[in-house]
Amino acid sequence: MAEHILDAHELDVDEIRIPRENWFESSETLQKLRKNKKFPTIWCAGCGNGIVMGSLIRAIEHLGLSNDEVALVSGIGCAGRMPVYMDFNTLHTNHGRALAFATGLKIARPDMKVIAIMGDGDALAIGGNHFIHAARRNIGITSIVINNAIYGMTGGQYSPTTPIGKQATTAPYGNIEPSFPLCELAIAAGATYVARSTVYHVLELDKYIEAAIRKDGFSLVEAVSYCHTTYGRLNKFGTAPEMMRDLKKNSISKAAYEKLSAKRQAGNSKIVRGVLHVNDEREEFTKLCRKLTEQAQGGGRQ
Amino acid sequence: MAVSLMQGNEAIGWGALAAGCRFFAGYPITPSTEIAEMLSRELPKVGGTFIQMEDEIASMAAIIGASVGGLKAMTATSGPGFSLMQENLGYAAMTEVPCVIVNVQRLGPSTGRATAGSQGDVMQARWGTHGDHPIIAISPTSVRQSFDLTIKAFNLSEQYRTPVILLTEAIIGHMREPVDLPEFETLEVVERVVTSSPDEYVPFSNEMGDVPPLAGFGQGYRYHITGLFHDQMGFPTQRLDEINPWLERVNNKLNNHLDEIVMVEEDIQEDATVAIVAYGASARSARHALKVARSQGHRASMLTLLTIWPFPEVQVEKLGERVERVIVPEMNLGQLALEVERMVGRRKVVRVNRADGEMVTPQMILDAIEG
Repeated sequence: MAEHILDAHELDVDEIRIPRENWFESSETLQKLRKNKKFPTIWCAGCGNGIVMGSLIRAIEHLGLSNDEVALVSGIGCAGRMPVYMDFNTLHTNHGRALAFATGLKIARPDMKVIAIMGDGDALAIGGNHFIHAARRNIGITSIVINNAIYGMTGGQYSPTTPIGKQATTAPYGNIEPSFPLCELAIAAGATYVARSTVYHVLELDKYIEAAIRKDGFSLVEAVSYCHTTYGRLNKFGTAPEMMRDLKKNSISKAAYEKLSAKRQAGNSKIVRGVLHVNDEREEFTKLCRKLTEQAQGGGRQ
Repeated sequence: MAVSLMQGNEAIGWGALAAGCRFFAGYPITPSTEIAEMLSRELPKVGGTFIQMEDEIASMAAIIGASVGGLKAMTATSGPGFSLMQENLGYAAMTEVPCVIVNVQRLGPSTGRATAGSQGDVMQARWGTHGDHPIIAISPTSVRQSFDLTIKAFNLSEQYRTPVILLTEAIIGHMREPVDLPEFETLEVVERVVTSSPDEYVPFSNEMGDVPPLAGFGQGYRYHITGLFHDQMGFPTQRLDEINPWLERVNNKLNNHLDEIVMVEEDIQEDATVAIVAYGASARSARHALKVARSQGHRASMLTLLTIWPFPEVQVEKLGERVERVIVPEMNLGQLALEVERMVGRRKVVRVNRADGEMVTPQMILDAIEG
C-alpha cells in the first residue's frame, strides 16, 4: 500500500501486519464491519462495490460517528447487498424503494445519519420517482449511487445509464436509449450536495462521501464503477483491472474540465469528477417538520 | 368527550391518534383523502409528522421506515393505491414490521367508480402481495367502530409484529353519525417493549414465543433487516433448516392467537333456520333486514364479522351447524362467500351480491331470507 494512502487514513504499517484473527479488535475501521458476517462478500472478484464500501467506512470513521447513530438503507441489486456487511442499523429493502423507506426512517430518527446505497437501475429506473422527490424535499439522506451502467445481478440488461450503442443482454443490437445524467438530475431536483468520482479515485470518494454525510440536506455521491462480469464481457472491455484503468483514462477532474475551452467542454465525453454542486441556502426537511410541529403546537392556524 | 357528528374517515384519524400513531404517509385518493387531511392537521399538534409521498408505493415504504425508527405509523388509501402498496406490504409481513394500512374501498377494477363504495378488495387484502404470509384485516360497520377498530388495528399490529389492514369502504368512510369518543387516556394501547439487552438481542428469534420483540433503530440494537429469507439475526439465508422454522413461526403466529384476533358480533336465535354472515356496510343492511324478517315471524340469526382475516372459521362453522341456509351479502360478486362456503359444509349458502357501487339493500337480503 502506498505511503500516502496509509498517511491519509492514519493507518500504520504494523496495523496491517496484525494476524488475521485479531484484525477486528485491532482496527477501529474494521470494527465498522460485522465480524459475525461471513466474508468474502457476494460480489464478483474485482468488483468496484467493495471499494465504495471501504470509502464509506473510512468516511464514517473520520466523522467520528458511532455505529449506533448510522443507518444504512439499500434496495435490490449488487449495491443493495452492501449494508449487510457493516455493523450499523441496516435496512435492505425492495428494488428502487431505498429512499422512500429512508424518508420514513429519517423522520422517525432525525438524529441519525441515514445513508442510502443504490445502483443505477435502482435509483434511476424503478426508483427514479423516489429519487427526484427525496431531492426535492431536501431530506437529510446521504445517497450513494454506484453507477456501473448495467443491471449486474440479473445478468447484464441495459440500465438508464447504459451509453447509446453499447451491448446488453436485452440490447443485443446495441442500446438505443439515451442515458440519464444522474448528478444533473439530482441538482435540478434540489439536492444540496452533489459530487462524482470513480472507484479508481478512492481518496476522492472518501472525501466526497464524508462531505455528503456531513451535509444536512439531501446529498448525492455518484461512484462511477464498472461491471466486468456482464457489461465488460458483452462489450469486450477486458478484465477488471483494464476497466479500472479506463476509469482513470476516461475521467477528468472538474478543475481541469473548467480550464477547457467552451468548444472542448461541449465535446467532452469524459467523466467529470468533483464536487459539482453545493447549496447552503435550503433548509433540511426534518428541520422544517420540527418547525411546523412547533407552530402547530403553539396554536397555529386550525 | 362530547357527542359530535363525525365521518367514518375522521373517526379513523382520531383512532390513530388515540392509539399513539405519530407518523402518517399517504397519497391523495378518493374516498380516503379525509384521513390524510385530518391527520395533516392533527398530527403536528401531538408532535407527530404527516408527509404526502410521491405515490402509494413510497407511502407504504415510508411507514415501514418510520416504524423501524420506532414510531407507530399508518397510511390510508383505496383500491388502486392499495394495489401499489402490495409490494411493500409483503416486505412488512416478511420483516415483521408493525404498521396499519387503511383501505377505504371503492368500486373497481381500475379507476372504476371512484366515489362509490365496494367490498371488492377482500381477497386482495388476503392475497394481494406475493407469497404465503400472515395478515390481519378488520372491517368496521359504523363510525364509532371505525374509531375502535383503528385502535385495535394498531394494538394487533404491535402485539403480533404484522401489518394490519383496516378494510372499510366509501359508505362508512363518508357516512356521518353522532359519536361520543372516550377519553384517550382511558384506552388500552399496546406499546413495544424490548426485554433483552443489545448484546443478547435476537431480532427474529424463534425461541421467544411466536413474536420476538422489535427494537427500533438508533437505540443501540444494531441489526439487519431484509426482505430476503433470513436467519434469526436477520442475515440472509438459503439454509432450509433456518427458512422452515421461520416459515412455521411466522405463518402460525396469528393462528395461535385467534382468541385475541378474531372479533365477531353474534345475534343468535336458538331455533333459527337461516343465518346471515355479513361485514362492513353490508352488515348494516343485514341488520335492518334481520329486524324486519323477525317482525314478520322468520327465525333468523346473524353473525357480523369484524375480523375478516384470519377468517373466523370456528364461529362460522358453528353457526352453520345450527341453520339450514346461510346468507352472505357482499358489495362484490362473491368473495368472502367462498370462505363461508368452505366452512359450512353441506348447508346452502345464498350469495347476495352487487358490484355496481351501490349498497346491498335490506330488501335484497329480506328476499333471500324469504327464499
